[in-house]
Amino acid sequence: MANVLVVAELLEGKARKTTLCAVTAAKQIAEGTGGSFDILSIGEGAGAAADELAGFGAGKVLKAEIAGGYTCEKYAATVAEAGKGYDVLVACASAYGKDLLPRVAAKLGGGVASDISGVNADGGKLSYTRPMYAGNVTGTVEITSDKQVVTVRQSDFEAAAASGGTSPAEDIAVQSDPVADKVEFIGVEVVKSERPDLSEADVVVSGGRALKSAENFTNVIEPLVDALGAAMGASRAACDAGYVAAELQVGQTGKVVAPKLYIAIGISGAIQHLAGMKGSKTIVAINKDKEAPIAQVADYFLVADLFDAVPALTEAVKGL
Amino acid sequence: MKILVSIKRVADPDNASKLKVSGDGTAVTSEGLEWKMNPFDDWSLEAALRLTENAAEKNARVGEVVLVSIGPNDEHTQRIIREGLAKGAERGILVEAEDGSLDSGVVAAILKALVDKESPDLVVMGKQAADGDSNVAGTVLAESLGWPIINYAMNIKTSDDGKTLEVKRELDTGVATVKVTGPAVLTTSDRILQTDSVKNGVTPDDHQYAKLEVGGRYASLKGIMQAKKKPIDNTSVADLGVDASKALNYTKFELPPARSGETTFVEDVADLVDKLHNTAKVI
Repeated sequence: MANVLVVAELLEGKARKTTLCAVTAAKQIAEGTGGSFDILSIGEGAGAAADELAGFGAGKVLKAEIAGGYTCEKYAATVAEAGKGYDVLVACASAYGKDLLPRVAAKLGGGVASDISGVNADGGKLSYTRPMYAGNVTGTVEITSDKQVVTVRQSDFEAAAASGGTSPAEDIAVQSDPVADKVEFIGVEVVKSERPDLSEADVVVSGGRALKSAENFTNVIEPLVDALGAAMGASRAACDAGYVAAELQVGQTGKVVAPKLYIAIGISGAIQHLAGMKGSKTIVAINKDKEAPIAQVADYFLVADLFDAVPALTEAVKGL
Repeated sequence: MKILVSIKRVADPDNASKLKVSGDGTAVTSEGLEWKMNPFDDWSLEAALRLTENAAEKNARVGEVVLVSIGPNDEHTQRIIREGLAKGAERGILVEAEDGSLDSGVVAAILKALVDKESPDLVVMGKQAADGDSNVAGTVLAESLGWPIINYAMNIKTSDDGKTLEVKRELDTGVATVKVTGPAVLTTSDRILQTDSVKNGVTPDDHQYAKLEVGGRYASLKGIMQAKKKPIDNTSVADLGVDASKALNYTKFELPPARSGETTFVEDVADLVDKLHNTAKVI
């Protein structure tokens, strides 16, 4: 029987959707072992976020209000103290979860299975599958320490649906940690977009180096993105060249996405890019070179000059 | 400033799709693939070199970079260390260990023993290794030392030899800025390769490093020659007195299922729209 604590991720006082993906994994672990799960809402605005998180079937929602911006050092001791009463700690494998949970695990003497894609609980014994080698190998791993700490890949766990009911809330004490004084939070610039979030969109349109400039992203890619109501992504080459913001990078370095439709435009398909999108349901490639490695994963391939094809595709989509 | 940089040798990440799994599923085999420096470590080495050189004077060294590689004591691990030395690091340490005996916690314990011995101002390491893709060891190391962890550093400024640092961290939601009192552990994002990512107090304000496309700097011919004379110390997990028990046990490795179906080459935009609308029904 495994009792599970989900560590929520807050952004500007609200629970990010990443939290609900962690809830789904927690439910699988709890149900597979006959245990239960709680949620820890921690950070600035933890109280209000706890209310938001009360409707997902948790036994209770713990809350710890910590003002002044996130640092791993400021949160880890409180999460670890709360985690003492649980067998498994779960968070999403976002930049936040991957930063915070290993420190918590080290405090608790627990092993970490990071970026898991699946939960197995055969006979109540827990193991996890996780992509390795940029998604080219899937490993099944058991955590042999008493405490188990896992971060979950967002694209492999659907966001939990509201369950009805209201979990009771409980305030917990914030723990101090001498190392927290060594990191002063100065500020955060949150990138905002009117478009759907890349990690959550049903359709993603990504551009690569072949776009050649930021202007071409604006003039060629963005109209198609908006015609489809899609999120915009990019290859590492396009981000590094400064055509688009680094937050749009899809790949082993960057975001892992698994939308219903992924359109790769002028992207050759380096292995690191494929690692971030090959779980998509339908993959379209538009590329001059029909031998490009993106063909390994593409369901549909249009061999064409993107500067002719993409505007035509945009017009056709608008006409549907 | 003295910086410890860990570098792992990994099966060529650019050809990871050629990896195989042993018949019984208990091991990943990388036969036929070259061993390469973990690219994430390469970025961190670049950051460490920038922090310990005078960019205004042909990158003259003003600090020390000590490389650590944990792995089999063979020609491949030695070659990766020499590669780092050729790029500019001062010396290397090879900690002999079998890959199968390591997990993130064991790696962190080994690095802690070396930090205790070497007393660096910073440890700069890859956020993850391109084989295990865990992204755990750096943070566990920091906690075991009671040091801060600054993951995903993309811009680093220090004017007091690393005693305090202002660091920008790349997040999936934007960029955070923190002021850190060292010693500390840093991991890097690929944006650390940008031309103005590091200022170490002697770096001219307007200095632009050469544009790097994929990884850290290339070794110069002079660097390659000098590297042959730089020392590599050999040690082992036992010599370091590390209690190395793993917390992770891999029971099975599999190749992920190939994507079903063939690639359909469509004739033109109209054909593509027809397929997406009427066959796949995704638009």
